Amino acid sequence: MENQTGWPDQLFDVLKRAEVRQVGYVPDAGHARLIERCKADNDIRDVVLSTEEEGVALAAGAWLGGQRAALLMQSSGVGNCINMLSLINTCRFPFLTFITMRGEWAEFNPWQVPMSQATEPVLTAMGVKCYRADRPEEVADTAQAAAELAFGGDFAVAVLLSQKLIGRKVWVK
Amino acid sequence: MLERRKAIATLMANRPKDLFVVPGLGSTTYDLASLGEKDTDFYLWGAMGGAAMIGLGLALAKPKLKIAVITGDGEMLMGMGSLATVGVQRPKNLAIIVFDNRRYGETGMQASHTDKGVDLVGVAKSCGIARAYDVEDEAGLKKLAGDLTALNETLFARVHIKADDPPRVLPTKDGVELKNRFRRAVVAAG
Repeated sequence: MENQTGWPDQLFDVLKRAEVRQVGYVPDAGHARLIERCKADNDIRDVVLSTEEEGVALAAGAWLGGQRAALLMQSSGVGNCINMLSLINTCRFPFLTFITMRGEWAEFNPWQVPMSQATEPVLTAMGVKCYRADRPEEVADTAQAAAELAFGGDFAVAVLLSQKLIGRKVWVK
Repeated sequence: MLERRKAIATLMANRPKDLFVVPGLGSTTYDLASLGEKDTDFYLWGAMGGAAMIGLGLALAKPKLKIAVITGDGEMLMGMGSLATVGVQRPKNLAIIVFDNRRYGETGMQASHTDKGVDLVGVAKSCGIARAYDVEDEAGLKKLAGDLTALNETLFARVHIKADDPPRVLPTKDGVELKNRFRRAVVAAG
C-alpha cells in the first residue's frame, strides 16, 4: 500500500507501549504492515481468525489470563462482531480495536458501503466508544488515547482509521 | 450414551488444581454449576459461539495452567470456525470438550446439525487438532479425565450425551463479578 509508511508503525508502538500480548486479526490490506510488525514481534502472539467475532472472545480470554489483546479488522468485520460484543459489555472487559474503513472514500466496491455506514452506529449501540483518525498526524495520539481508555478505564474502544488515510486500493481486474 | 450430570461429575471427580474451565452458555454452564459454583469456572450466559476462543485467549495467556472449554454441540457449531483458529495455534494446555446431545436444549430440544450426521471430531481433526476423539461410555470418560490431568497437547473430545433436560442449576449472571473472581483465581494460581 502506498501510504503504509509511518502510521502503521505508530499503531504498533501504541500496542507495544500498552503491553498488548495477543493480536487477533483477519488478513487486511489496510492493516498489512501492522500485522507484519505484530507477527515479527516475539512478545506478541498473532492469532489469525476465521471471523472477527473470534477476536472479541479471544480478547476476553486473554484478559481473564492477565494479558491485554487487540483486534485488527476492517469496517465490514464489525458487523460480524455484534453479538459477541455483549461479552465485553456485560463483563466490562477492556477492549481495543483498530478498524480500517472501507466504503467511505474512493471506494470501487458498493458492497463495502452499507457496513461502512453502519460501523460507528453499531459499535456505539454495543457500548464501544469510537475514536476516529482522518489524517496521518492524528493516528498516534488518537490510538494512544484509545489504549489508555481501554486498559486504564476498562472500556471498549475502537479507533476508526479513515479510508482516506489508507489510500486508494489498487485493484486490477 | 451418558447422562450429562453424571458425565460432568466423573470428568471433574479428580479435578486438578490448575484446571480452569470455560463452560458454554446453557446446559454446560448448569452442568458445571451443579458441582458447586467455583471461582475457577467462567460461566457463560451468552456469547454463543465464543467459548472455544475465550479458552484460546486464556490458554495462550497462561501456558502453565490447564484450560478446558466444556460446551454443547449447538454452541460449538456456531463457532466452528474457531476450531480452525485453534488448530493453527494449538496451545498444549487447551482442551475443548463438547457435550453432544444433538439438541438445542435451551430452546426446546430441537435437533442440531450433529443429529443429521455432522461429525465434530472429524471437523476438529481436519482443522489440525490431531488428538480428537469420541467418548461414548464411562470408561472413555475416565480416560478423558486422565487426559485432562496430564494435558500436554491440544485436545478435542465429543462426549455423547443423552438428550435429557435435568433441573437447571444457575450460577451468578453478574458478568463483572464472574470476570473479577475468575481473574483473581488465575492470579492466585500463579
